[in-house]
Amino acid sequence: MKGWNEFEIGSVLFPFNEDGVQAQGKMREERSYTENSSRSASVAHWRVQKPVHNHDHCINCFFCWVYCPDSSILAKDDQMSGVDYVHCKGCGVCVSVCPTNPKSLLMFDENEANEEALKQWPQKEEKQK
Amino acid sequence: MALKYELSKVEVWDGNMAASHALRQAQVDVVAAYPITPSTPIVQNYGKFLSDGYIDGEFVMVESEHAAMSACVGAGAAGGRVATATSSQGFALMVEVLYQASGMRIPLVLNLVNRALAAPLNVNGDHSDMYLSRDTGWISLCAYNPQEAYDFNLMAFKIAEDLRVRIPVIVNQDGFICSHTAQNVAPLSDEEAYEFIGEYKQKNAMLDFSKPITYGAQAEEDWHFEHKAQLHHDLMNSHVVIEEVFDLFAKKTGRKYNIVEKYDMDDAEVVIVALGTTVETARVAAKKIREEGIKAGVVSLRTLRPFPYKLVAEALKDVKAIAMLDRSSPAGAMGMLFNEVGVAVLQNSTKKPILSNYIYGLGGRDMTQENLLQIYRDLDANAKANKLTHPTQQFIGLRGKKMAFN
Repeated sequence: MKGWNEFEIGSVLFPFNEDGVQAQGKMREERSYTENSSRSASVAHWRVQKPVHNHDHCINCFFCWVYCPDSSILAKDDQMSGVDYVHCKGCGVCVSVCPTNPKSLLMFDENEANEEALKQWPQKEEKQK
Repeated sequence: MALKYELSKVEVWDGNMAASHALRQAQVDVVAAYPITPSTPIVQNYGKFLSDGYIDGEFVMVESEHAAMSACVGAGAAGGRVATATSSQGFALMVEVLYQASGMRIPLVLNLVNRALAAPLNVNGDHSDMYLSRDTGWISLCAYNPQEAYDFNLMAFKIAEDLRVRIPVIVNQDGFICSHTAQNVAPLSDEEAYEFIGEYKQKNAMLDFSKPITYGAQAEEDWHFEHKAQLHHDLMNSHVVIEEVFDLFAKKTGRKYNIVEKYDMDDAEVVIVALGTTVETARVAAKKIREEGIKAGVVSLRTLRPFPYKLVAEALKDVKAIAMLDRSSPAGAMGMLFNEVGVAVLQNSTKKPILSNYIYGLGGRDMTQENLLQIYRDLDANAKANKLTHPTQQFIGLRGKKMAFN
């Protein structure tokens, strides 16, 4: 473990091992993250509810990606691919901003299996006249 | 390219104007401010310099002091030279973000024009906001007059940006008494001033895309302690750089500042310790009381943080009685100077001088020569009796029944 005199000043973190411009050009799975970055450290232990993503209803508008305060929305090849549960705090903002009907992201109990959650997905709500 | 500003050898500036010119000469990249009395003219003058073409940087208008300091922290993290100014309630609103700035080690410069804290609402000078800054992790410098407000602003950038320090700096000056009182100020030329401060050396700029940085990450019980300890260590050692900068400035201008300023201390037996404009008033009183045969001196500080324990003890090692003058409501304790100077003296000197605490000048109440002479007479009585002849804490210039504690 590092001592107080071994840190870079300002409690800053360097996310990438390589040049930053290069790293940004790669998918997040392919970047090489530093050991000291919070990439692998879980900061999600206070979550009590989690957002579950349902591919069947998602239109890939990326509102959730824009609004997520912890960059926890995963995307691959222009497709929403799920939620990063290592960093998601369960705030529910992604669910609030999801525009589809039914929503493509819903909050479930932290202990619920995602497969079970998907089985319980609600049907499309009819517009009230 | 900013227009060149021609200055005379001696300008008639108040403390605010002096600070504005220092910010202009430092070629600050970003000033974000929400003006508040009595610091308003600092950013007002600065805005005028900007509109007249004398400044290249950005002036960000924000919706509160909290936002002002937040914008400063953002701009500082991005890699710019940044400054702002505030007072009193505005400073109190900023305080939350001050901890971010020092924790992130962003070398901001904040002009704090000292003013009382409400309630009751009061725009006049006392040191309540200065004392509020004491645990924020900033270096805190004290100027006593407009010339010093100018000088300390130039030095503040040099101290803050030194890579051995990288800690934000507050430059204190007394509201109205210093900030609005015009005196002769001898400025440096723009070139000389900028040459003294030097180019801004960036460290871990967030906008360096080749080496991206995360600022403001969370650190719970596993790392927080270490980071705070590191800041404390670097603050405690920053006096080395502060002294170097004071020396460099003396070489450049002939104006020599010391972390602990001593006045008539060669043979002094009774001493007043004070901050701000009262220091100069106390020096006059010390000179006057010496005609009565009382060996009076004045000790004052240039750095409230880091607190110069050893130098204070050294300056006070041979005296018999000391009065610490606090211009802030003690709010349930002895005044801060009493506590800190008292500890410095007791821990580091072999003799045990008689210590007393005077609360004065809250909300702009005048500190008169008569008040100061009375304090010296009290101290003389203590020195002769070799014990306190009055309560430890007294209130000077307060109307009504005499108030004292302990």
